[in-house]
Amino acid sequence: MSSSKDGKRFFNTTAKKGEIHELKQELKTPDKAKKKDVVKKVIAAMTVGYDVAPLFPDVVNCMQTDDMELKKLVYLYLINYAKTQPDLTLMAVNTFVKDSLDPSPLIRALAVRTMGCIRVDKITEYLCDPLDRCLKDSDPYVRKTSAVCVAKLYDISPELVEERGFLDNLKDMISDANPMVVANSVAALSEIHSMSGKPVFELTSQTVMKLLAALNECTEWGQVFILDSLVDYSPKDSKDAESVIERIIPRLQHANCAVVLSALKVILKFLRFVSDEDFKGPMVKKLAAPLVTLLNTEPQVQYVALRNINIIIQRHKEILQNNIKVFFCKYNDPIYVKMEKLEALIKLANAENIDQLLLEFKEYSTEIDVDFVRKSVRAIGRCAVSIAESAQKCIDVLLGLIETRVNYVVQEAVIVIKDIFRKYPNKYESIISTLCENLDTLDEPEAKASMVWIIGEYADRIDNADELLETFLETFPEETSPVQLQLLTATVKLFLKKPTEKPQEMIQLVLSNATQETDNPDLRDRAYIYWRLLSTDPEAAKDVILSEKPVIADDTASLDPEMLDGLLANIGTLASVYQKLPDTFVARVRPAVQLAAGDFQAPTLDDGGAGQDPARAEQSAPVPDMPDLLGGLGDLEVSAPAPAAAAAAAPVDLMGDLLSLDVGGPAAQPAAQPPAGGSDPFGLDSLGGAPAAAPAVATQEPSLPVLLTVEKGKGLEVSGRLERRQGQVSYELSFRNATQQPLDGLMIQFNKNSFGLAPAGALQVPPIAPGASQRTSLPMSVDPQAATPAPAKPVLQVAIKCNQLGVLYLADSVNLAAVLMEDGAMQYAQFQQVWVKAPAANTQQQQLSSGGKTLEGCVQSLQGSGLFASGSGAFGAHLSGKFTLGALALVEVSAPQNGLVQVTCKSQRVDLLPLLMAHVGKALA
Amino acid sequence: MAVPALDALYFLDARGNVIMSRTYREDIGRDMAEVFKKSILENPQSEGTAPVKNLGSCNFLYIKYGNVYVLAITNKNAHAAMCLNFITEMARLMRGYFGSFNEDAIRNNFVLVYELLDEIMDFGYPQILNEQVLKSYITQKGTKVGDSGASGPSASSVNMMAVTGAVAHRREGIKYKKNEVYLDVIEDVNVLIGQQGSVLKADVQGGIVVKSYLSGMPSLKIGLNETSFLQNDSTTSKQVEKLAGRGRKIDLDDVVFHQCVNLTKFKSDNMVTFTPPDGEFQLMKYRATENLHIPFKVIPNIKDMGRSRIEVRVNVKSLYAPRLTAMRLLVKIPVPKYTAKARFELTGGKCKYDSATNMLVWKLKRFPGQENATLFADVELVSTLKERKPWAQPPIQLDFNIPMYTSSGMQVLYLKVWEKSGYDTTKWVRKLTKAGDFSVRCR
Repeated sequence: MSSSKDGKRFFNTTAKKGEIHELKQELKTPDKAKKKDVVKKVIAAMTVGYDVAPLFPDVVNCMQTDDMELKKLVYLYLINYAKTQPDLTLMAVNTFVKDSLDPSPLIRALAVRTMGCIRVDKITEYLCDPLDRCLKDSDPYVRKTSAVCVAKLYDISPELVEERGFLDNLKDMISDANPMVVANSVAALSEIHSMSGKPVFELTSQTVMKLLAALNECTEWGQVFILDSLVDYSPKDSKDAESVIERIIPRLQHANCAVVLSALKVILKFLRFVSDEDFKGPMVKKLAAPLVTLLNTEPQVQYVALRNINIIIQRHKEILQNNIKVFFCKYNDPIYVKMEKLEALIKLANAENIDQLLLEFKEYSTEIDVDFVRKSVRAIGRCAVSIAESAQKCIDVLLGLIETRVNYVVQEAVIVIKDIFRKYPNKYESIISTLCENLDTLDEPEAKASMVWIIGEYADRIDNADELLETFLETFPEETSPVQLQLLTATVKLFLKKPTEKPQEMIQLVLSNATQETDNPDLRDRAYIYWRLLSTDPEAAKDVILSEKPVIADDTASLDPEMLDGLLANIGTLASVYQKLPDTFVARVRPAVQLAAGDFQAPTLDDGGAGQDPARAEQSAPVPDMPDLLGGLGDLEVSAPAPAAAAAAAPVDLMGDLLSLDVGGPAAQPAAQPPAGGSDPFGLDSLGGAPAAAPAVATQEPSLPVLLTVEKGKGLEVSGRLERRQGQVSYELSFRNATQQPLDGLMIQFNKNSFGLAPAGALQVPPIAPGASQRTSLPMSVDPQAATPAPAKPVLQVAIKCNQLGVLYLADSVNLAAVLMEDGAMQYAQFQQVWVKAPAANTQQQQLSSGGKTLEGCVQSLQGSGLFASGSGAFGAHLSGKFTLGALALVEVSAPQNGLVQVTCKSQRVDLLPLLMAHVGKALA
Repeated sequence: MAVPALDALYFLDARGNVIMSRTYREDIGRDMAEVFKKSILENPQSEGTAPVKNLGSCNFLYIKYGNVYVLAITNKNAHAAMCLNFITEMARLMRGYFGSFNEDAIRNNFVLVYELLDEIMDFGYPQILNEQVLKSYITQKGTKVGDSGASGPSASSVNMMAVTGAVAHRREGIKYKKNEVYLDVIEDVNVLIGQQGSVLKADVQGGIVVKSYLSGMPSLKIGLNETSFLQNDSTTSKQVEKLAGRGRKIDLDDVVFHQCVNLTKFKSDNMVTFTPPDGEFQLMKYRATENLHIPFKVIPNIKDMGRSRIEVRVNVKSLYAPRLTAMRLLVKIPVPKYTAKARFELTGGKCKYDSATNMLVWKLKRFPGQENATLFADVELVSTLKERKPWAQPPIQLDFNIPMYTSSGMQVLYLKVWEKSGYDTTKWVRKLTKAGDFSVRCR
């Protein structure tokens, strides 16, 4: 074949460098065939990563040609380099427009398709007219290409799409006679719908009928688009749902597994609307065969199918209960497929099929891959725990496995046997002797800890329990902490059960070891508790330590129902493969913000690295290197200046006393200090401009926001606000008694909250006479460890009790300034480093009102709210802060334009970003 | 709503260097291939893990073909099954275009690859991957715009109808001097036999491959022996029993068809009706697990004779009719890595020890039905003083071809071809059963 020789020739010649000039000359040739050859050379050079951008005008000159292949090559070149030469790209516009009127549909479509791929504003403007024309083209090939182009345009400029009414065109195209046009329009609309967050594409029952009609005819990929869009339709009633399901059922026979999975997704969703059990039952049975067929594909696709099956059977176990054999692992399946098959088998286990399954698990336990073997052994344990009837059989198999004496098999078996003992106490201890024969093979902490637990638990039935424990105790100081903890408890149990001389010696040894030789607080504290219990009241110790333990439950149905619903709606997608909801791994960006970001970065890109700030240029290419990235912000935090770290580590209630010390801390970073902190009442150039740094004013503060009105508070009005003073959070509270009686005995309690805020002392309020008010300041402690897990909510739920009125509940919002610490200032170099490294997912951008202030004014107001000016970059001022939770808060504010500023927030805690953004907004307004 | 799009496609060589790439969206960085190479290919921990990975905001889906990785990247919640399927189909398409799919083929045909990448996917949405249709307008010779103009605008719009229309799989105006159609029923038998000779698991993955060399727009109809796949209708299954004289009734668990088959029609009339694409394609795939004929019975007996010897005894019995013959029956018996040599006693065929795979390979060129064959091997191990790790005996594997035999009992009862010009067609129907994963456990 001539062209394959061609290919080789091109790659060989372009290996040399310094040819740009030569190519430039060659491109001027009038010979068409030769010209094509040269353009091929240029593309070959582009492919191997050689920069051929300087040839731009010369290549564009070749665009006007009747040679299709040459045209495509030039277009390809344009897609790659248009961004670098936005002005020169204009040269191409004429040809594009002309091509979009060409008699050949291939060329018309090609022109529109290529124009949509060129993200240069000038081109985009010219795209609208041809696109408008092509959307109404007589040829379906052009229409289907134009439909996709609308989505491209929306990605560049949503305004243009809305202005020109292209969305209505797309909606009309759902009724197109050609199925592929319908499919592409649906895909484009769905994407625009999810990009905009607005209800662009609402499905009515008529639309659904049209889509279902097109479904039969279009390509496999089109079927996927249509089926995926149907998931968002809510059927009117049970009959409606049934009819849709009936129409989709034939898709389950499709050879493309993406179609099958999407069809399954729609059917499973619609089945929930069906009330007729006679319809539901047989329908669910019909799903089994297609699911099994999915396993008859390449391993990679099989893996995706298996992950989905593992989700589906958590909801509909009945579907595949009789098909367990298809999940039996083949000897040569890739390990990731085997693991998923095993998981499915565990989920499908029941009393009827357990015999068969145990034979399989036993077989797998003798294979070579260690992880797979371990999981197989665990599978046996999980079946024993979940199916009570099978426990004995499972134990028999486990004992058989222990006899193989394969090190990791024995260890894994010991671990699961411990679980079995916990589930069925005092039932199977006859096997303990077998376990004890294998003590010397145990070298992994979990297995050791399990074995020690068993010995301790059954110390009275094992004749030589003391000897066995003693062997473990010899190495006590070298053991890992889980093993040490188990050893400690087991020894105490042994002593309580057999209070003879030897255990007594042992316990003394263990206790002294655990209290004196270790620096593990868990171990030490537990040892002290035992020690005291034993020395004060051995009977009480018995009651505590030998009390009955709660029975463990089976965890095979691990996903909670809400999560499961979410995953079922995402069958086939990455979310189902990761078994995580999409929000957790997809960066959600609203289009307005995204557009702004685009504008924002465009100049940097055009400057191509020659820009003022190379670090920022890098930022536009997200995710430079993953593992680093995730830890990026965290790492830097650790390497923060020592004084700051010391201040953070100091207990919160000591902060007041440490004030002088604190002053020394930030002083080590003078560069980071804001020049605008002048009004500091202490005259200390230290704590920045935190608003709470003005305590002198506090007593005269006119009013606190009302939290609980007289009506809701049964006559007690509560106002309050969280404040921060000298590193100490306090809750300023004011109570007004509007009842006819004096109120006394006020107490306060906080619900667990996102910032770990809790009262540090009791509420000190004297009795309030009728009509009188009392003001107090409640010191608060902050324990980030006690905070509720992410996502952070800015809500603080408070309960106030008084003797007369009982308990009153109120909700306050957390003033972010109160939880931003004083040591949040950062050296600018350090700031830049962290800023650039922060991944896109940890960033939020928004346009906010500047409240009519200048950039300096904005920085000043932000400094008044717990943030610290760090410096200013090419795009505006940079501020930093640090939450009590340890997370950093990085803020960039652009120079105001028309009363708006572009604010970018970054933090390693993504969930704090919206709060931070709101906080900045409040401070600026 | 799931966004069905991916952001970029890469072709990488075995070490992870980019051969070619196409970015469909701007949302991702340019150096993602580098990230893939560093964090996934060169990370020993990712060995043997699933080919769908998430790093930060980016998702990587990949499949390796020979020495080429095909990598799809997306930062959305894309349709994973679709992406992987697309990669598979694309590799198949390029194999069809270039004859093979490897590093050199991609490099040598780079212009064509770019052209295909532009056509098969737009803005990350898969468009069309049908080889026949694509070949009608994306050629290796380079179409002249004038060409399509010369044959009139109608020709090119018909062409485009095929790209987008319902019969995407066949173009008009195909002509053959001799009209022929071949129908091959090919079955893979997957069997797992326990050490006592009991069948633990058995299924047949069957398929019907059609090679059609037919003119015009023919309509084909195939009659299979009654399948009880769609048993929900009780009357048909009664009829089936009446008709049982004709062919064995078979139970199919599931059937999937090529997109040319009218699925709705199959559901209503239980008839496979279609207009075939030109050339070779897979008409249907099916799976059966009930009433299967397992072609062989294998009884292994492997004994440890002390530290340095193993005795292997394997008996194979063929269970199909005596008039049939299995071709190239291979029995592969794994032996320990430290095998020194083996001595054989055979009732038929040849056997040798293959040190590369650590297997005894017993080969019987022809093996008729209802016969017995026995292998006895005395395997000598390298003697050593060290305590050996216990050896996990992998299963014995069988490989064979049995022509004119279907394990499921699938038969093609008739094949009708109808075309409006009414030409005569030469029809061929063949059957073949192959070993899929046919293993026998020895422990």
